[in-house]
Amino acid sequence: MTENRIKIALNFAATGILALFLWWAQDFLGGYSIQILNLIAVNIILAVSLNLIYGFTGMFSLGHAGFMAIGAYACSILIMTPGQKEMLFILQPAYPWVQNAQAPFLVAVIAGGVLAALVGLLVGAPLLRLGDDYLGIATLGFAEIVRVLANNIPRITNGALGFKGIPDYANIWWNFGWCLFTLYVIYRLINSNFGNTLMAIRDDEPAAKAMGINVFRYKLLSFTIGSFFAGIGGALLASLVSTIDPKMFLFTLTFNVLMIVVTGGLGSITGSVLASIAITILLEWLRFVENPIFLGDYELKGIPGMRMVVFSLALIIIILFRREGLMGMREFGWGRLLGLVHKRGEAK
Amino acid sequence: MKRETVLETTKLTIRFGGLTAVDDFSIAIPAGSIVGLIGPNGAGKTTVFNVISGFYAPSEGRVIYNGRDITGMPPHEVCRAGIARTFQNIRLFGNGTVLQNVMVGCHVRQKTGWWQTVLCLPSSLREEKAVAEKSRDLLDVVGLAHLADEQSRSLPYGAQRRLEIARALATEPRFLLLDEPAAGMNPQETNDLMDFIRNIRERFELTILLIEHDMKVVMGVCENMWVLDYGETIAEGSPESIKANPKVIEAYLGEECAADADA
Repeated sequence: MTENRIKIALNFAATGILALFLWWAQDFLGGYSIQILNLIAVNIILAVSLNLIYGFTGMFSLGHAGFMAIGAYACSILIMTPGQKEMLFILQPAYPWVQNAQAPFLVAVIAGGVLAALVGLLVGAPLLRLGDDYLGIATLGFAEIVRVLANNIPRITNGALGFKGIPDYANIWWNFGWCLFTLYVIYRLINSNFGNTLMAIRDDEPAAKAMGINVFRYKLLSFTIGSFFAGIGGALLASLVSTIDPKMFLFTLTFNVLMIVVTGGLGSITGSVLASIAITILLEWLRFVENPIFLGDYELKGIPGMRMVVFSLALIIIILFRREGLMGMREFGWGRLLGLVHKRGEAK
Repeated sequence: MKRETVLETTKLTIRFGGLTAVDDFSIAIPAGSIVGLIGPNGAGKTTVFNVISGFYAPSEGRVIYNGRDITGMPPHEVCRAGIARTFQNIRLFGNGTVLQNVMVGCHVRQKTGWWQTVLCLPSSLREEKAVAEKSRDLLDVVGLAHLADEQSRSLPYGAQRRLEIARALATEPRFLLLDEPAAGMNPQETNDLMDFIRNIRERFELTILLIEHDMKVVMGVCENMWVLDYGETIAEGSPESIKANPKVIEAYLGEECAADADA
């Protein structure tokens, strides 16, 4: 019991340290660094939600960009003022309910998540009967459909022009707040017996059925919860970058999240967090390979998109040499750390 | 004293396309008994298990469990109704720990939902704790308590079989289907297994139907048995009568040996 208390205290302490760090960052780091911190938080939300679907429940889903788009559009429509929307919709006027809808940021983000979850539920019901690769292809198709719809319903989404000047409410506190909330919910789920049943479905579906688990229902549940957080991530991202259009939600967006999840380890929340941090920073840092490089007198011309090549290579190397990702299925836990400290203490 | 029937199949027939895997299979299993289903490879034994546990719907016939028609019910509902099974080729949740495997079995009897766990409601925390305790107790019963935190796929073969049984017991069944529990075990392990099967029958008030190739096990623990060959029931009765049945000997060893046995 005391050990549990210590762990809870440590969790609070870690959250406090994170808050202190953010408070410090807000005042002392430049806008660029803060933007990277924000992206890290959003990427953690996206990666952990995809990990719940793919890593923990074993459903190969490539539909994340679709759910993000739904969350992003829903949230943006709700936080922009009617006046703003009137200015934006120059192709065709928005439907009155789109025009007049407005809600505070918190409500708008939740609405984005709930809408994505609802769509996840509707799409999942037929699709989750498919296995493995087929599910991957079908969900990929779903994401494309969302994007094409966004392009072609100008009275809701403003078509290919998308939205500009979305209010940038998503500051460091919102992003990390949602990030911690996501981590908490998914951690609780995974570490309960509910999480064990998801793991059971992933490892052996027939055996899970024989153990009395309604496999379809649990898959759908996991998929819907994952979609919810993908929608939340999309909503935050929209407010963070303040411009969205259908092109933003191409397959490459799903690929980025997938890359984080695979790199971190399928079935490890810790892995997803670490990989989100590492890959978000590296993606920014690697921009130098796209700039012209001077070697003495010789100038190497920068090639746009070069960092994605570097990343794809890195992903190939990871899959070749460390298929289970950075963390495999292991998790960081205070228990292990405390055990280490104890051992050290005894050794002395 | 006539014991009441717990599981009954009437004229069960299962066809896969043109192949009749099981034909006109009728059994009635008295409560509290240990009975066996034997037969050469490909006789349709596992198919019968798959029908009873809900994995296949029969082409014809019914499965009645405790007076309730469970024909065509999905596997998870069959399990909820009180029938648990093991698999011929062990199917553990390989990435989970030994304890987690058993906890998954407990899930079907859990009352609190997933969202209650997220909210950390006291009732759900209590239940989670009770589930872990119950699982540890079950591991104790099968003698795996010391391996609770090992990854299940790293266990030796015999231990994996016992873990599968513990997991099935965790669903609180009244009726247990064991598919070749002694497969791959050495004679010592087999002996232990026979005692173990009798023990869990007493302890959990089970009725057990087992498929087994090891005649020592079948003859040792079963009170009654059915013999399948090419989907047909060729014999039924006590171990002694089955041993002497020329049809059974023929199915297993061929016609000549049956003639020798007669002579």
